[in-house]
Amino acid sequence: MIQGADANLDAAFLALADPTRRAILARLTQGEATVMQLAEPFEMTQPAISRHLKVLEGAGLIVRRAEGTRRHCRLSDTGLASVDRWLELLRSALSRNYDRLDGLLDAMNSGKEKE
Amino acid sequence: MTVSKMTLKTEGDRFVVVTRRFAATPEQVYRAHTEPALIQKWLLGPDGWTMPVCICEARPGGRIRYEWANPDQGGFHLTGEFVALEPFRRIVHVERMFLPDPTPDNHVETRFEPDGSGTVMTMRMTLPDEQTRAMMLASGMEHGMEASYARLEGMI
Repeated sequence: MIQGADANLDAAFLALADPTRRAILARLTQGEATVMQLAEPFEMTQPAISRHLKVLEGAGLIVRRAEGTRRHCRLSDTGLASVDRWLELLRSALSRNYDRLDGLLDAMNSGKEKE
Repeated sequence: MTVSKMTLKTEGDRFVVVTRRFAATPEQVYRAHTEPALIQKWLLGPDGWTMPVCICEARPGGRIRYEWANPDQGGFHLTGEFVALEPFRRIVHVERMFLPDPTPDNHVETRFEPDGSGTVMTMRMTLPDEQTRAMMLASGMEHGMEASYARLEGMI
């Protein structure tokens, strides 16, 4: 299960390693959008945008659905915005900070803080 | 130096509670959270980041502004206001990140309690909503995961 989560996170990193895909994702945090709406701000063809959407979908970050001839996209419930993933990011940032703070407090205890 | 023993858990679906013990007095840990010259030494997130601007007016209504910078990634910032402070015991403040649009306010209460010769810190914060989590994660990955990118790019 842990390995599956890692593979999913790796796919998410790959999906996010591209500025266009990050911009698409930022747009989707505002709510659902059609492929045409997503393509608007970019100088890109719709097929090019669709390729990016396919990568985001493959990483489990977005969900696509068809409504007649229109295709809609939204953020996936279990994707980037999932609570577990966010908590993991918070945990890693805080751990790094507090380990650094241990060092600082140690220096304060040794009276070296104003070195 | 203490071994890291941080706990992090959700409280309902609206809050996150973090606890961490430090081998220092509550006064020292409190000062490290309220004095700019000290904050700039540890509140940096992933390696490679610095905090060139640190405004921390530790009084009720006082302003907070932290700006982070990374030579390769540009930067981002956070603003906030202090709500209440009980020296060496408790800090209540509100903060928001700019990514670049402001995230909804995060209400944070931080307590410092003596524990033997050390201090147990308990921080209770707002769990961000779904949109905010997505933005913070995208940003966190962008800001902090260069090594992962490099690793992944090597695999392609």
